[in-house]
Amino acid sequence: MPFRKNRNNSMDRRNKGKCVVLFHSTSSAIKSEKVMKNAGLKVKLIPIPRHLSSDCGICLCFEPRLKQEIEDSLKSNKIDYESIENI
Amino acid sequence: MNIFKKNAKDIIYLDNAATSWPKPDSMLKAMIRYQEDTGANPGRSGHKLSVEAGRVVYEARSNIAELLNVEDPLNIVFAQNATAALNLAIKGNLKAGDHVITTGMEHNSVMRPLREMEKGGVEISVLHCGKEGFLDVNSISSKIRSNTRMLVVNHASNVTGSLAPVNEIGELTANEGILLLVDAAQTAGSFPIDVRNAGIDLLAFTGHKSLLGPQGTGGLAIGENVDIDSFKPLLSGGTGSKSESEEHPEFLPDKYESGTPNTIGLAGLAAGIKFVLDTGVENIRKHEMELAVMLIKGLEDIPGVTVYGTRDPEKRTATVSINLKGAGQNEVGQVLDEDFGIMSRVGLHCAPQAHRTIGTFPDGTVRLSIGYFNSPEDIQKTIRAINAISKESQ
Repeated sequence: MPFRKNRNNSMDRRNKGKCVVLFHSTSSAIKSEKVMKNAGLKVKLIPIPRHLSSDCGICLCFEPRLKQEIEDSLKSNKIDYESIENI
Repeated sequence: MNIFKKNAKDIIYLDNAATSWPKPDSMLKAMIRYQEDTGANPGRSGHKLSVEAGRVVYEARSNIAELLNVEDPLNIVFAQNATAALNLAIKGNLKAGDHVITTGMEHNSVMRPLREMEKGGVEISVLHCGKEGFLDVNSISSKIRSNTRMLVVNHASNVTGSLAPVNEIGELTANEGILLLVDAAQTAGSFPIDVRNAGIDLLAFTGHKSLLGPQGTGGLAIGENVDIDSFKPLLSGGTGSKSESEEHPEFLPDKYESGTPNTIGLAGLAAGIKFVLDTGVENIRKHEMELAVMLIKGLEDIPGVTVYGTRDPEKRTATVSINLKGAGQNEVGQVLDEDFGIMSRVGLHCAPQAHRTIGTFPDGTVRLSIGYFNSPEDIQKTIRAINAISKESQ
């Protein structure tokens, strides 16, 4: 996507209405991306929105309708995560 | 002038126990591709290059976990080499008053950290191994004390190639509640390893030998039953996680991985291990051992040559140590290099303990260590070269 100079596409707006999984470690985030993609779930790694954490890491972004499947998949694959948040 | 390239085709490389050479093309290409296309700091920033670098590191983690049968790739901790991983496992788990058992076939990468810990109040028992470098598993039980915390064993000797019975040892240490630390520098990639089912708690590997990765890579596989709360890291610092906190994180792998990793090296390591997985460890072992059997048979027929270690291919790796009557090790090594283009390693191989065990201390041996890229022609030429040197030195 080309970068647009007007700020109406700030990150929070860009991801508004979506959900994210927050992790303790970046390695867990990357592991979860691989697991979800292998399971055919549409996910994307994005920087953690500032209002959720001051961490410099990444989180896994997805559409709210996938929440249950994502949660189940995290548990069945024993992936350690912090929380699932709406943004 | 590139001397290396000019002579590369004439070189017979038999120093694979020190580092493997050559490497698969895919390994070199992966490193170039990483630096050209990605190059960012993994797990530090949120942009796509950083995320992609994180995926590269994860691929290396995932490939080694698959090869060693470790369930969770996050139980793989990367380090600079096997030595760093062994230091972490030893110094992170042992404290004054603990007792550790090890063997008479260890490399200095184990013996030196242990001797250092001994000065700090750790007790050490060294199990005697036979002339061929084999450990008798029945000799372990009598050494176990109430404060025995760990058993450290070399999976295969870098001097004689003798393999340790890791499965049997793992059963015993699991029953006794003792941590089992395996030094797999000589086996990971060329001999099947099953961390989960062999009762291995900690396994140190190097990336640049049979895993066919670059130097500067290695790590520690941490078994599921290891209590990481009582396993201290040797370093603390930036991890890209928990940035708000000045306390070092307690979770894997970040607890034991501080600072920017050797990502370009790990890109190469991921590709090296992929080559091993695609080729199959069993096929690699079969090829190497066929050559080792050919080499040992050929050398045994030469008058004045002593071959150390077992002849049984089931109980050894493709690393062969010899001596020639009437010829010094250094001299043999130099003639092999200069007159025949054969790269060997002579001396004590950083393992004085192992040479004492087989009776070759302090002179050492001439070591010929075979790798997957050696050919039967390499071995035939080497046998002829040793034969010629032997005739001259008689």
